[in-house]
Amino acid sequence: MAELDTSGGGKHKGGKVRSKKASTRIDLTAMVDLAFLLITFFILTTTLLKPKAMDLAMPDKDEQKDQLPVPASRTMTILLGSNDKVEWYMGEPGKSAPTVDNFGKNGLRKALNENYKKVKEASGGKEMIVLVKPSDKSNYGNMVAALDELNIANIQIHAIVDITQPEIDELKKQGLYQ
Amino acid sequence: MPRVKIKRKSTLTDMTAMCDVAFLLLTFFIMTAKFKADDPVPVAIPSYSKTVVLPEDNIATITVGKDKVFFGVEGVQIRRAIIEEMGKEYKYTFTPEEINIFVSLPTFGVPMSQLKSFLDMDPDKIKTFVQPGIPTDSVSNELFNWIHKAREADRALNNRALYITIKGDSKEEYPTIGKVIAILQKQKVNKFSLITAQKAPN
Repeated sequence: MAELDTSGGGKHKGGKVRSKKASTRIDLTAMVDLAFLLITFFILTTTLLKPKAMDLAMPDKDEQKDQLPVPASRTMTILLGSNDKVEWYMGEPGKSAPTVDNFGKNGLRKALNENYKKVKEASGGKEMIVLVKPSDKSNYGNMVAALDELNIANIQIHAIVDITQPEIDELKKQGLYQ
Repeated sequence: MPRVKIKRKSTLTDMTAMCDVAFLLLTFFIMTAKFKADDPVPVAIPSYSKTVVLPEDNIATITVGKDKVFFGVEGVQIRRAIIEEMGKEYKYTFTPEEINIFVSLPTFGVPMSQLKSFLDMDPDKIKTFVQPGIPTDSVSNELFNWIHKAREADRALNNRALYITIKGDSKEEYPTIGKVIAILQKQKVNKFSLITAQKAPN
C-alpha cells in the first residue's frame, strides 16, 4: 500500500537512457486517516462544550402585588445545613417537629413525595408549596441539589427564601450549623 | 478450452476526493471551534437533571469560586462599552492599550482600584496573576455596577436583554452565592440561570 507506483518507465530500446517518469499517484491513506481523526475530535469537542444551565426565577423583593398568601398548612420548609444535611418541617416553625434528612433517594426525595401526597389529600387537591432556605453554612451544591429534588418530585410552587434567626437556632440545635 | 482468467483488480483506490472532503470538513470544524476559556479559579459545577442549552452570545457569566467573584460578558463591543462606562463611574481613564487588553479578556476579577495596574501588566503575567475577585460589598458597589453597565450596554448596542448566568463551585459556601443573587435582585434581575452539568436520571 504505502509505496509510490514507479512503473511506467518501460523497456529501453537502443542505448538511449530515458529518465524514468514517476507516477503522480501518491498513497493518501495515512493522510485521510489523520484528517478523519481530527474531524472526529473537533466534532466531539464542539458539541460537548455547549454550556448547559438551569433557569432560576427568584421572587420579586419589592413588588407586593400579585402575591398570594402562603397557607401554613400547605407549606413545607427545607433548611439547608452543613455537612450536606437538610432539615425540613411542615407548616409554621416550632409547631411541628423538624426532621433531619440527607439528600438522595431515601432522604429528601422520599419526604417530598410523601408530604406532597399528604398535602394533596388534606387540602383537596391543592398543590404543596416548598420554601428552600439555605443557611450560611450550606454550600451552593446543596442548593442546586435541593432544587433538583423539587424538580424530580415535580413540585411547581417553590421559592428560595432567606433564612430567619429561629431557624438558624433550630439548625444549631441539631448540630447542622458548623 | 482456454481457461478464463479473472483479472485481478488493484486494491488501490483513488482517495483524492475523500481527502478533499475530509480536509474541507476539518477546516470548517477548526474555524467554528471555540475553546472554552479558562476559569480564573477551578470551578466544579453542580449537576441538575433538567438543563437547557445556553445561547452563545448575549450572555454574561458571573463565576464564583474560592470566595471570589469574577465577571465576564460575551462580545467585544459590549466589553469596550462597559470599561469606558466604568472608567467614568469610578473616575479612571484608561489608555487605548489598556482598553484593548481588557476587551481581550473573557473574564476577570479585579477591583477597580487595581484594574489599571492589572491591565498594564505583561500579557504573560496576566494569565498567572492571582486575581482577588470583584468586591461584592454595597459600599463600592462594584459588581452591581459591572452588571448594570453590561446590561445597559447590551440594551444600547443590540436592543435586547442580557442573559445573566451564575457559574458557581458546588463546594462554595452559600453566602457568596447569596450575595451575588441579592445584587442581581437589587437591579430587578429576578430571572437568571445557573450553569450546571446534565445529571443522569437516577
